[in-house]
Amino acid sequence: MSTHSKKLFPVEPPRSGLLAELWQEQLRNNHISKQALKKLADKHQLSDIETEGVASFYHFFHQQPAGKHTIYLNNSIISELRGYERIRETFERETGAHMNSVDPTGSFGLFQTPCIGLSDQEPAALIDFLPFTNLNALKVKEIIQKLKQGKTAAEIYDTPLDNIRFTPANDHSIFFAPYSAGEAIKKLNNLSSEAVIEQLRISGLAGRGGAFFPTWKKWDTCRQYESPAKFIVCNADEGEPGTFKDRVLLNNQPGSVLEGMILAGYTVGAAYGIVYLRGEYRWLLSKLETEIELFHTLGLLGKNIGGITGFNFDIRVEIGAGAYVCGEETALLESLEGKRGEPRTKWFYPVEKGYLQLPTVVNNVETFAAVARLIQMGSFDYLKRGIPGSAGTKLISISGDCQRPGIYEIEWGMTVAELLDLCGAEDPYFIQVSGPSGECISVREKYRRISMLDLMAQKDIRCGGSFMIFSSKRDLVHILMNFSEFFKHESCGVCTPCRAGNFIIQRKLERLQNELADMNDLKELRNWGTIMKTTSRCGLGKTASNSILQSLEKFQDYFTARFAGTDNSTYRKFDHHAAVEEYERYKP
Amino acid sequence: MATCTFWIDGKQYQAEEGMNLVDAAKENGVFIPSLCYFKHIDPPLGTCRTCTCKINGRHDPACTAFVKEGLKVEVNTPELLDMRKALIEMMFAEGNHFCPACEKSGNCDLQHMGYELGISTSRFPHLFKDRLIDYQPKRMIMEHNRCIKCRRCVEEVFTKDGKRVFMYINRGNETQVGIDYGQEAKLSEQEAENAMKLCPTGAIIVRGKSLSQPFGDRKFDLESTQQHFRHTITEKPKVANFEKKTIATVSLAGCFGCHMSLLDIDTDLLDIVELVSFNKSPLTDIKNFTQRCHLGLVEGGCCNDENIETLKKFREMCDILVVMGECAVWGGLPAMRNTIPLGECLEEAYLNSVTSEKGENTVPYHEDLPKILDRVYACNEIVKVDYTIPGCPPSANHIWKVVHGLLWGEDYSLLYSEFKYD
Repeated sequence: MSTHSKKLFPVEPPRSGLLAELWQEQLRNNHISKQALKKLADKHQLSDIETEGVASFYHFFHQQPAGKHTIYLNNSIISELRGYERIRETFERETGAHMNSVDPTGSFGLFQTPCIGLSDQEPAALIDFLPFTNLNALKVKEIIQKLKQGKTAAEIYDTPLDNIRFTPANDHSIFFAPYSAGEAIKKLNNLSSEAVIEQLRISGLAGRGGAFFPTWKKWDTCRQYESPAKFIVCNADEGEPGTFKDRVLLNNQPGSVLEGMILAGYTVGAAYGIVYLRGEYRWLLSKLETEIELFHTLGLLGKNIGGITGFNFDIRVEIGAGAYVCGEETALLESLEGKRGEPRTKWFYPVEKGYLQLPTVVNNVETFAAVARLIQMGSFDYLKRGIPGSAGTKLISISGDCQRPGIYEIEWGMTVAELLDLCGAEDPYFIQVSGPSGECISVREKYRRISMLDLMAQKDIRCGGSFMIFSSKRDLVHILMNFSEFFKHESCGVCTPCRAGNFIIQRKLERLQNELADMNDLKELRNWGTIMKTTSRCGLGKTASNSILQSLEKFQDYFTARFAGTDNSTYRKFDHHAAVEEYERYKP
Repeated sequence: MATCTFWIDGKQYQAEEGMNLVDAAKENGVFIPSLCYFKHIDPPLGTCRTCTCKINGRHDPACTAFVKEGLKVEVNTPELLDMRKALIEMMFAEGNHFCPACEKSGNCDLQHMGYELGISTSRFPHLFKDRLIDYQPKRMIMEHNRCIKCRRCVEEVFTKDGKRVFMYINRGNETQVGIDYGQEAKLSEQEAENAMKLCPTGAIIVRGKSLSQPFGDRKFDLESTQQHFRHTITEKPKVANFEKKTIATVSLAGCFGCHMSLLDIDTDLLDIVELVSFNKSPLTDIKNFTQRCHLGLVEGGCCNDENIETLKKFREMCDILVVMGECAVWGGLPAMRNTIPLGECLEEAYLNSVTSEKGENTVPYHEDLPKILDRVYACNEIVKVDYTIPGCPPSANHIWKVVHGLLWGEDYSLLYSEFKYD
């Protein structure tokens, strides 16, 4: 739902509001009926199938009633480690609804959804889009009983803890230092837009969504385009499983994020800011809206901001509806325009043609927060943090097999080993860095540093924001299966290698899981993963096979031990029993 | 616009600067396969990825690239050819494509591309996902089994008042092209037919129009777009001295059509019996192997446990195992049941069919009967297959050339008409 604050966004066509309208319908009636889709289609002069196409893209929109209370249980790998199965069974027993359906009375709809950004307090679920954390069978029973007694989810939900476990010593924290709104904006009185860009350039700040594109370059390019309107978009669609740093920032430091966006507006000459908040974080909406109101009151949003004549800026929040791919910036822009979140072909970068084909800066939550802090302290102070060539700090979400899951603000340059020690990792073996699309590392690589350096040489680890730690007791194939299921479900479906490829890869992994694979299957897995990587249309498909390719490389001994000995055999492994099991039911 | 010089596979070409790379290559006689590219859709869709090339060192689709001065493109390197082949194979594995039973056969870009790239089998397992055939539109039938989601119809078919007729619905592996019944009804007969032509496969079928052009007389029926079409076996077996060879043949879950085709070898059969003798085979009615054979020819996939046993016996008793026909290669027509659970199939056939009397029927089950498998398996899912002959059925010449070539290690090549089978 959009939160149109005082100022309007004059250039936007009505269709941009489609997602918000669908949300309204979903929340009001627990589903979006055919009639409602038709009504919206007529309103925007679209064919019915087009609104259906949009609604069916996002998995929080239902076209069949989704229950008076809609429950989304997280099925990410971390949730699985923490007892997903048991919680699912309890929910099914207590509500009477089977997974992915509604109970006969229509009271409860039970669905699964990928990571909801609460990996530090799993198993977790969203009920009516409010968080319920650290679930166990007893707690689930109580929750459902209360809901049955007529309590609303709003009365009983859990407020997720921030779990900020570590910040750098010597006041080197950037993100969690004391914050007072407007400090950075005050500096603008003595800083031209060129000077802001210069500060960013000196500091070496790079995009924290995971691509590490130099922020100054992005802003400077956008600044140079002449346009009647420009936009600043904050990408708060933190969908990468295992990542929850943006959740904590938005909850703990919403002001610094907004302030970063305002600074961007000043620098590139934009007057409009949009926060694209993922549907899973709908519970953070009121927090953001309150902060936006506060900024208006303080004169930090609106007209002549910070006393700078002619500097106008306003921010509103748009809410996603469950689609991982919308974290890809061009898919996000499509979604903002009220369309299916399909990534665009890379003809233009958003800085030239972004939202509504107008120059747009899209940055991650953490990047904006970092900019606000950086401008406030100045690049001289900023450079004291981290290591040469990779200055500053990084927020890392840690989850999995460790004693202290949560947020770690580390200075660039820390080694993996140090970080594992800090979080109390238990028998770490396999570590997935930056989510399933990121890099997987073996514990043997624990002396590698975490920094922005040497991407090509693969020396340091560029961490986008998360570490998922798995102990040696975990089943590697099971982890890969979970990732592959995720990508199969979250692919936008436009290009062949990603849509079909993830499905095919999953079938292959099933063979591995059922012990039907041999070394030849592993070879094929590697080849097919490479084909997907080379030919996919956007980052999702290009990175979906990363964890498979890298683990085949780095955990060769594991795979060899499990699957060797039968390659080039004349007979393929075949589960005869499973193949005739169904027919045997007809034995008289 | 100025003319510029660019390179494809090390050769120098010229084209107008800013021209689409697919078009510029075509103008210069270089064929870059593509299924979604359509000259007048702007910007290009980039959905099928078949035209993936190496452009200035990066893998990118040619359809979203422009020619400019000094552009270096790799099109036909072994790596790229294989990748392209893989993408087409992926489409065949993802959908449920039964070419011999398709109205579009011969006019189908996907089928054509399969031939052009020399695909005889898919390296990927067929997914056999149950997909809808939508008979509800007024003029059209949407055959979702065949849709490759190229997006052409979505971007190209509009009603007079500018509304879309087709649109993607759902997401991930569930993505399909939805059709708006209301808008579809507004299309003129001509517009509907254009939509059918626009579709690179047989996903959009206009009622009463799908067979107006006879088979054998269709766009891709007669010859290849490549001037020198050659489909050759790359790997040659050891050459043995001339001696009479023994062959065994069998039909598993097939229709004996491939064996019929074998008989089409016609009068040449008289020469053949001089060269080979048949051991276990329906042709000789020898039920069990009496000796080890040089070559086994298998028709049909495995739908019951007896098929599996026979196939394993063939593998054991034959030096070279060749599977012929679509059913043996990937399941073929019997595999149409693979999208539906076995229980449903059996109950529909034996218990709930129109002709069955309630309570009077049972699903056949007896210790002497083979057990029906949960789905039809391709031969290479059970045993290692040495060679495949695609076709439904493969032509007699094709079969004989392969068998002859394999047994005596001779080089051979196929005519397009011999390789093309449906």
